[in-house]
Amino acid sequence: MRYDRQIKLKGIGEEGQERLRKARVLIVGVGGLGCPAAQYLAGAGIGSIGLVDHDRISFSNLHRQLLFGEEDIGRSKALVAKEKLQQINSEIEIEVFEQALNMENAERLFQEYDIILDGTDNFETKYLINDASILTGKPWVYASIYKNEGQLSVFNYQDGPSYRCLFPKTTSENISCEETGVLGITPGLLGIMQATEVLKIILDLGDVFSGKLKLINVLSGSQQVLKIKKRQEEIEKIREHGIIPVRIECTLNDETRTYLDIREIFEQPKIRSENVIQIPLSDLQDRLWEIPKQDEILVFCQSGKRSRKVVELLEREYGFENLKNVEGGIETIING
Amino acid sequence: MKIRLRYFGMIAESAGKNDEVLELNDGISAKELKARQIERFELPDPESVQIAVNQNLEEEVELKDGDEVAFLPPFAGG
Repeated sequence: MRYDRQIKLKGIGEEGQERLRKARVLIVGVGGLGCPAAQYLAGAGIGSIGLVDHDRISFSNLHRQLLFGEEDIGRSKALVAKEKLQQINSEIEIEVFEQALNMENAERLFQEYDIILDGTDNFETKYLINDASILTGKPWVYASIYKNEGQLSVFNYQDGPSYRCLFPKTTSENISCEETGVLGITPGLLGIMQATEVLKIILDLGDVFSGKLKLINVLSGSQQVLKIKKRQEEIEKIREHGIIPVRIECTLNDETRTYLDIREIFEQPKIRSENVIQIPLSDLQDRLWEIPKQDEILVFCQSGKRSRKVVELLEREYGFENLKNVEGGIETIING
Repeated sequence: MKIRLRYFGMIAESAGKNDEVLELNDGISAKELKARQIERFELPDPESVQIAVNQNLEEEVELKDGDEVAFLPPFAGG
């Protein structure tokens, strides 16, 4: 029988296997972390696995993404992963989402699953997973790689800390494994550890790695465990404002205009430009004198809604005649 | 007092080592040590650097002899 060897284990049994069959796990990113995690979760009999990836398989993926072979180059990672995983286990359901996780689909996708496994390789998506997990109340299993080092934790599990509790502020650049180089075994090891955490959560076994960060160096063999302090304000911020997009850096697509940014200081992406006057909406009444009344000023916020109200208010109450709202918000005036 | 420092990720590369022991004056806080090391190694994005004192991610503590301070950057490879 397929699952005999794990059913034999104390704490699993037929009942545990049934839990695995009923479980729904969403894997975001089917790369160096996602491939090994998916293989073991499929093997263990997770009843429903979702695979999110918009990328295609390239030659330089093959040394660490061992679900894929030479004949798969150029094909969709999510689709090929499903084919290979169904060869391992045809009794489970695998749903494929050939798209990038984004602001629009994240919460909808997460609602359909019990646990999110983070196989991504950039800060923007890690913060997005974090925020969408908080909003949908799902635990997520995090891992990251830098050269020969890895980090692992479980966030948003049973009222535990979030990724923003660990890193409230991020760096100004993403450094991917493609750029730095990586041994295949490093994400392999971390991906299997992520699958382990998923099984522990579903089976209610052992100590789930929540509130702690594991640091591993595959060359020195050292492991460290650090305790993460929960920062409730970082979690409440998301509950109040919804997903806060992390765009590491951006520039204006028209540097000749003058802009007024009324977003709060924590809102991202930050724009570094001399042509932007930054006055958060919460300070606006006290700092009206900073807004020139001559040249045309384009007023923006995240979506264009708050800034529209601000323009109306400033025209009606304070006699401004040089303001124009940026319909569609920040995305329409920045590059990339 | 003697404090052991451990460096991770890009911080270890900037420091040129994974760990070291520093002889420091009494009364220095973890936060002050962090600022000092950020300046010493010219670490980019100082706001993103997290430190752990004796395996607790927290910087509002005074250091004492024998403490271990870990310096941790965010990274996102996968």
